Amino acid sequence: MGCFVTAFLAVAQAAGQSAPAAAVDAPAEAALQTAAEIAAGRGYGAAAALLAVGVVCMLLARRMPLRYEAWGMPISLTIVILALWDAAVVLSHSTIFPRPLEVWNAAVELARSGRVFGDIAASLFRVTWGYLLAAGLAIPTGLFMGWYTRGFLALNPIVQGLRPISPIAWIPIAILWFGIGDGAGVFLILISSFFPICVGTTAAVRNISLVHQRSAMNFGVTGIPLFRKVILPAALPQILTSMRLSLGVAWLVIVAAEMVGMESGLGYLINDARNMGSRYDLVVATMIVIGLIGIVLDFLIRRLERFDEVRWGYVKQ
Amino acid sequence: MSDSANDSTPRGAPPPRAKVVVRGVHKFFQKKKETLHVLDNVNLEVGEGEFVCFLGPSGCGKSTLLNMCAGFESIDKGTIEIDGQPVTGPDPRRVFVFQEYGIFPWMSVWDNIAFGLGNRSFEEKHTIAQRYIDLVGLSGFERAFPMELSGGMKQRVEVARALAVDPDVLYMDEPFGALDSLTRLNMRSEIVRIWGEERKTVIFVTHDIDESVQIAQRVVVLGARPGRIKTIVDLSALEHPRDIDSPPYLAARDELYEAMGVSTRIGGK
Repeated sequence: MGCFVTAFLAVAQAAGQSAPAAAVDAPAEAALQTAAEIAAGRGYGAAAALLAVGVVCMLLARRMPLRYEAWGMPISLTIVILALWDAAVVLSHSTIFPRPLEVWNAAVELARSGRVFGDIAASLFRVTWGYLLAAGLAIPTGLFMGWYTRGFLALNPIVQGLRPISPIAWIPIAILWFGIGDGAGVFLILISSFFPICVGTTAAVRNISLVHQRSAMNFGVTGIPLFRKVILPAALPQILTSMRLSLGVAWLVIVAAEMVGMESGLGYLINDARNMGSRYDLVVATMIVIGLIGIVLDFLIRRLERFDEVRWGYVKQ
Repeated sequence: MSDSANDSTPRGAPPPRAKVVVRGVHKFFQKKKETLHVLDNVNLEVGEGEFVCFLGPSGCGKSTLLNMCAGFESIDKGTIEIDGQPVTGPDPRRVFVFQEYGIFPWMSVWDNIAFGLGNRSFEEKHTIAQRYIDLVGLSGFERAFPMELSGGMKQRVEVARALAVDPDVLYMDEPFGALDSLTRLNMRSEIVRIWGEERKTVIFVTHDIDESVQIAQRVVVLGARPGRIKTIVDLSALEHPRDIDSPPYLAARDELYEAMGVSTRIGGK
């Protein structure tokens, strides 16, 4: 099966290369050459081995109880994808794009040198503060806009007008105001997280059921206790959902921002790796680190959805 | 029916002291370009400590009337007075028990029941909450959240939350409508027992004839489009506990079936 796939890729690639070529039999020649290489097994050993391991894992996962299959299947698929990746690099004779093992070695190098931890800390620092500031401002604003119709009428057009501006577009202004450094990063994350949380909170408050509003009115609860005991908790499940979405966006934005306007962080590391002699192995390793941290952040915020105070909002009655 | 909609003196003995007085009340709903006449000149008196049912088909305006008494809906014409004071808005002295679950799903049973108790000390809140938790039979569920409870238990929490603030009047809007029929029977007994112990004025909206005969002292029958009082049936002669097989009970039930314009025979031509 692996041979079949690689042969297919070879033909496809050969066809792509030969597009401007005048010689009609050039692609056929290239395909023949690749087929010969595959037959000789040159360079494809790692891919074939990975593929075999992946397929075996898949077959095993299929036989496991569902809760293990839920882990086993994605892991096996990842192994298969690594195999295809490796084969594709060998096949393309690329000298710049790294093979999986090279990326692993780059990751080890990053960890050994310790530099990556400083960049992770820098990125997380900016995201944490920008995000907390955004939540601290957006939740009260959203509660206010959701509950008071006049506040909504006054503020909603402004929020809707600023919301579609990409946080990336704010980078020049961020640098102008805060210079190159953490301040600009925090500000950009604040901009990118504020609008989703604000809009989500507003919608959540406007969706509070009439029965709950009337219950609160009936018992004469008003003012701060009304917000603390009824409006905020009623809106909280939907607020958490918007916070989860905006945390994902914040993590996307910080990398982009660091690539353009900062001198530390994971985004900067990617740029730096490319600039110091096209170290694409470091680039890909950093990308994987970014993805893994994103998963961890989402996992952590999902934990919040399990509290009894909000769980009612995620189950169908 | 001899009782007309405009008759302000209901059939049967007048209640001891008027608690809720509804005079010449109208309600209109604007629906696009149409104006719906929801309630047409409703006149009614509910005595202190009385248990009254509003009975009528869906869409007759009985819930609207109840919401107007509670101050949730505006009164387009006429007045509603409670203890001689016109109703202008919701008031903690009169508590509404909702059709769908009005208890807060983000609070435990205990927090829900203590919700209306305001700034009292914790000990005081605890004493009151515990008393009503016991009254509605939810001891042991103080820390449970509503999603962990059955429909009947949720409705008990709602009743306890309403009673905890010691209101004069309880408004109940088809409170048992979402429950299964066995639970509903139990809840009716419970509510009559609680009424017997607490002696609140209760106004209970239902479209279920049997429910009204089982629980109410007086049944106000409303007709639909526009909603007006067709007749008022006095059941105060029927002592609790009511025997649903006894001839007086069956006679009262038949009278209500007739007032509602439905047959007591099912499946005939």
